[in-house]
Amino acid sequence: MSIDILMPALSPTMTEGTLAKWLVKEGDTLSAGDVIAEIETDKATMEVEAVDEGVVAKILVPEGSEGVAVNAVIAILAEEGEDAANLSTGAPAAYAAPAPEQTPEPAVTVAPVASEPLVTAPVADVEWTGPTKTISVREALRDAMAEEMRSNDQVFLMGEEVAEYNGAYKVSQGLLDEFGAKRVIDTPITEQGFTGIAVGAAFMGMRPIVEFMTFNFAMQAIDQILNSAAKTLYMSGGQIKSPVVFRGANGAASRVAAQHSQCYGAWYSHVPGLHVVSPYSAADAKGLLKSAIRSETPVVFLENELLYGDTGEVPDTDDWTVPIGKAKIVRQGSDVTITAFSIMVKKALAAADTLAEQGISAEVIDLRSLRPLDTETILASVRKTNRIVTCEEGWGQSGIGAEISARIMEQAFDYLDAPVTRVFGKDVPMPYAANLEVLALPQPEDIVEAAKAVCYR
Amino acid sequence: MATRAKKTSLAAADPKNFSPDQTLEYYREMMLIRRFEEKAGQLYGMGLIGGFCHLYIGQEAVVTGVQSAMIDGDSVITSYRDHGHMLACGMDAKGVMAELTGREGGLSKGKGGSMHMFSVEKGFFGGHGIVGAQVPLGAGIAFAHKYNETGKISATYLGDGAVNQGQVYETFNMAALWKLPALIVIENNQYGMGTAVGRASASTELFKRGQAYGIPGEQVDGMDVFQVYAAAQNAIDYIRSGKGPMILEMKTYRYRGHSMSDPAKYRSKEEVQKMRNEQDPIERLKHYILETGHAEEADLKAIDKEIKAIVTEAADFAQTSPEPQPSELYTDVYV
Repeated sequence: MSIDILMPALSPTMTEGTLAKWLVKEGDTLSAGDVIAEIETDKATMEVEAVDEGVVAKILVPEGSEGVAVNAVIAILAEEGEDAANLSTGAPAAYAAPAPEQTPEPAVTVAPVASEPLVTAPVADVEWTGPTKTISVREALRDAMAEEMRSNDQVFLMGEEVAEYNGAYKVSQGLLDEFGAKRVIDTPITEQGFTGIAVGAAFMGMRPIVEFMTFNFAMQAIDQILNSAAKTLYMSGGQIKSPVVFRGANGAASRVAAQHSQCYGAWYSHVPGLHVVSPYSAADAKGLLKSAIRSETPVVFLENELLYGDTGEVPDTDDWTVPIGKAKIVRQGSDVTITAFSIMVKKALAAADTLAEQGISAEVIDLRSLRPLDTETILASVRKTNRIVTCEEGWGQSGIGAEISARIMEQAFDYLDAPVTRVFGKDVPMPYAANLEVLALPQPEDIVEAAKAVCYR
Repeated sequence: MATRAKKTSLAAADPKNFSPDQTLEYYREMMLIRRFEEKAGQLYGMGLIGGFCHLYIGQEAVVTGVQSAMIDGDSVITSYRDHGHMLACGMDAKGVMAELTGREGGLSKGKGGSMHMFSVEKGFFGGHGIVGAQVPLGAGIAFAHKYNETGKISATYLGDGAVNQGQVYETFNMAALWKLPALIVIENNQYGMGTAVGRASASTELFKRGQAYGIPGEQVDGMDVFQVYAAAQNAIDYIRSGKGPMILEMKTYRYRGHSMSDPAKYRSKEEVQKMRNEQDPIERLKHYILETGHAEEADLKAIDKEIKAIVTEAADFAQTSPEPQPSELYTDVYV
């Protein structure tokens, strides 16, 4: 019986990687635990160990191959006594096999039925007409920090694993090398303490960037974020500023269960004295983070682990900023408005594609900022479409959608042709099981269904 | 330096080492705090001060002695029992009192109140109402001093109640790890609100709380301003030399309740009276001044009169300064 050696997943969110190097060749005899290959993702390089003993019969994926899907067969191991040469080599087909879907997006098979031309083209970023470059969200965030650190020596980064490890999610890659340990500071695992230290440094006029490995852990520090950072300007009659950026991964990642999967957008957006942003695209990630670092106001900067590897066009300049408090229409439409932020923008855009195929023209707004919330852009869209679906990964009660709903009722009630409809995470702690997690999170088809409902379709 | 934690009585604390002028300055400073606090208590009783109001009466020697060992550019942060610290930092008594009454002329324009006042100019960073939260903030201020190589230090005051907060130890760890120029002053006034130290702390020797992090600590008679100064000077020399943080536990006592609304039934009247009779920092100093002839009774009376005028003026200002304009409601939320 031969044994398939599969492309391993090195993290819960990895779907593919590069097979960088084979450390064995066909005919080699292996023991369990032998290192056989090196795999690279955008985050790290890892070694692959043999899980069984035997002889390397076939290497199916040559070294240097990029985009190798998780669980693809990369080699075949013959058991002792088996003739490697006689093994079937039909396996390469598996090379292209898709990874088990971590967050399956439903297959929508409705044929295009557009009866009339729809405005569905993605809207280019009108704020920039110069040259761009394609980089990941992860690189965009890193570049934003590096540029601001170059231009202002009072900017520093602190957090768990940000320096020597280059960031738990590799966002701070290379910053220690460039700026040294004085400005890129590994902290102990002590969120409340180091958050307070950052706020105290900000009282003195410094511009700390605090990285929370994820925002789940920031709950340990929420007192310092609210009571010390957000309120001191007011309590001091305008004397003491707290220009800190609190940034890190927010929301569900993949299969990390209840304590590591929560959206804090609504939580922080409740608090006067804070700004809260949650970008989707690489360009916005960079531009908003630079604005946040330059801001005199404490900014909660909510990232998403699943977006770190997504790439996008980013203005090729070191002075690209995006204003905090301004939403962006990422797809124009006329029948229904869909609001979303962070990873939900991706799902909203997917839903809009499906809706277009069904003859419904959806306008998708990337909120980008949750506080200040760009009510004007939302209202203007609703006055045009007369229908709105709000999307968020977090829970519905007291959520961003609830807030948008209230503002629309207060300010655009007469424009509505259907009730404001919210799409949000199910009212349960995040389950671990793959199928339950998919059910708990809002999916594109939920948005499609909600949009069709408000269009009475 | 190896970890050391000791109960100290420094030779440098010998009153003979202090000039008559310095000694009288201590008297003046402590008397200002006491009279100010007494007046604040009166105004509270008249309904002119609202909310929480935590008086510093009895503890005056602590902040007076520590502040006199600090230099311009050093920074201070404390909890909510903060009026004395502001006065000792040189903040205007009128502005402090008007903040207590919630008036436009208050140091925070009436928006902070008793627990939240600040002065960038005087290096005073509050005035914080969450027990223990000022400790990492104070370390952050020390971090900024070290980062910018100012040569200055940060003094963080906390009470015996705050020493059991987790973030205090998170801070001790990082302050020691990064050798931050942070002076930690534990004002042990024996009660965290209504709970005696021994009922809240498994170990009541609070100066030893930094031992696990290699932070030296000393216990000091916080009712003796000379001892306080000497210990603070010693600690600040150590800290300023770049060796990292140091802890001073000041054994002190508050005569009033935890706040104005506290009847203080957790301790006997006799206990309070005994402290006042035997340990009062101002009476002790006054006795010493008269005994040594640094000043005559009449000289001290003149100082008292001067202080009374300052406090009266502050109280008048605090009552005549208008309430903040309604438009102030929405200012200072964002820069």
